[in-house]
Amino acid sequence: MMKVLKHLTPLACAVALTNPGCAGAQDMTGPQEAEVAKADPATDAAGSIDWEKEFGVEKKVPDPVTGELPVAPYETSPANAGAKPFQHSNMAQAFGGQAGIRAIVNRFVELNTTDPRIDAIFRNQDIVRLRRTLFEQFCYLLDAGCAYTGRDMKSAHKDLGVTRADLNALVENLQKAMREAEVPFAAQNRFLAKLAPMDKDVVTR
Amino acid sequence: MKELRPASLHSLGRVCRKTASAILLTCAVASPACADPLLDGGKLVLTNGISTIEGASGGGLAAWSTIAGMETDRAIGISGHVTGIELADYGWQSHGVSIGVHDRVELSYARQNFDTRKAGAALGLGEGYRFNQDIFAVKVRLAGDVVYGSALLPQISLGMHHKRSLDGAIVKAVGARSASGTDFTASATKLILSRSLLVNATARLTNANQFGLLGFGSPLNASRSLQFEGSLGWMLSPRVVVGGEYRTRPSNLAFAREDDAHDLFVAWAVSRNATLTAAYADVGSVATFDGQRGALVSLQFAF
Ligand code: HEM
Repeated sequence: MMKVLKHLTPLACAVALTNPGCAGAQDMTGPQEAEVAKADPATDAAGSIDWEKEFGVEKKVPDPVTGELPVAPYETSPANAGAKPFQHSNMAQAFGGQAGIRAIVNRFVELNTTDPRIDAIFRNQDIVRLRRTLFEQFCYLLDAGCAYTGRDMKSAHKDLGVTRADLNALVENLQKAMREAEVPFAAQNRFLAKLAPMDKDVVTR
Repeated sequence: MKELRPASLHSLGRVCRKTASAILLTCAVASPACADPLLDGGKLVLTNGISTIEGASGGGLAAWSTIAGMETDRAIGISGHVTGIELADYGWQSHGVSIGVHDRVELSYARQNFDTRKAGAALGLGEGYRFNQDIFAVKVRLAGDVVYGSALLPQISLGMHHKRSLDGAIVKAVGARSASGTDFTASATKLILSRSLLVNATARLTNANQFGLLGFGSPLNASRSLQFEGSLGWMLSPRVVVGGEYRTRPSNLAFAREDDAHDLFVAWAVSRNATLTAAYADVGSVATFDGQRGALVSLQFAF
């Protein structure tokens, strides 16, 4: 462990100092996507230290079919989606049905993972799973014929340290994704009205 | 499908958000670069309100429960504005600055300059006589959020506006009891997303005559009375709101009647940091000159 600290301290401070926003401390993220799928241990930029081993982290193996990483067991329930779905509305239609919702979610995830204000929060997260669960949640809430099988909003976000400003940034990205998909503005807001009360479960700082 | 990332190291990506080890924490805390930015500029566009003619954030006429500046709850925000109103017989100009602290407390200052133009001569003040007033205000958000949380819980704030007319001798000569006074406001504001509607209601205790430009109270009506301000806005896009406002006012002075004021406005967030508002405003009778209505233009910069 001491060896680790010696290596880490100057690096961490250097990165911290050069990243005023801190959230953008991307150089700290260690191995990137492609390397993870390989069987050999993840290595740092210098190629000499296996950080996961140094920290005693258990290696997660992606599911060979879905490509998702395993998560701690939880009980699935429609209530996990955080709101009651629309009913007898044309919301699903306004969002272009399942195909439209999938395209919006993919664009939304792309915007979030490339937005310098919040991209660090999404680094090293299971984006494959996020795309699926977000699609399910949106599709379920918009009454477009899906079940939500993900975690509830509180447990999904409890370790992320999300701030109000992060949430606002994410909302702007969602608005952008919906606008690009030409979802009528009134329908965008009706959907946001479903999500707005979830802020207390998502914002933890 | 090859887009996997090791969940194990994810906290290292956000040194200041979730510290992965004690040593990182120590380093992060010791490093000023890791502190939250002073001005985070993270508020949703337009949720800081525009600047009222009295400097506090809100609509044009009505104070809202919004907090000025583009900050969220971990930073401070600042804003500045200029407003001009062309009335039938008078000209209005006001400007001011505000500070928002943690989206919780708002401090504002505004200066109002009211040009009597030709009416000044008719009133015996001299053509182009100007009434001036300073307004120092504070507002505190007590509960709720304009956008988030339950749709049934609006953002609720209490405010205090201390106003000082700079024309003490004249406002007393026309019958005001005092040249300075304080308004107290309680506001509730909510963006009802499911209807794209912004709704505000404000109760104000005031004895101001013409916003205070003609002083406060009169020998007969010295004390404050309860007045109401309502605003309704319809969001056309994330950056454009159209709406209207209504504000009741006391009529304390014997020499001239005072009417309720109302306006119809369009506010456009030109960018994250600049909002342009145009309105048709009607303040009724002012110092015996009836039918004072005209165009309002206001520009606000906020960070
Ligand atoms: C009301 C707003 C939000 C909604 C409806 C929402 C929805 C979701 C859903 C459905 C999941 C998947 C849960 C699962 O894996 O079982 C998730 C995970 C996640 N969300 Fe959010 N989210 C919101 C706000 C945010 C914000 C503001 C951020 C950060 C800026 C964020 C970052 C993440 C991340 C990084 C994950 C993956 C966590 C993990 O896999 O451990 N979310 N969110």
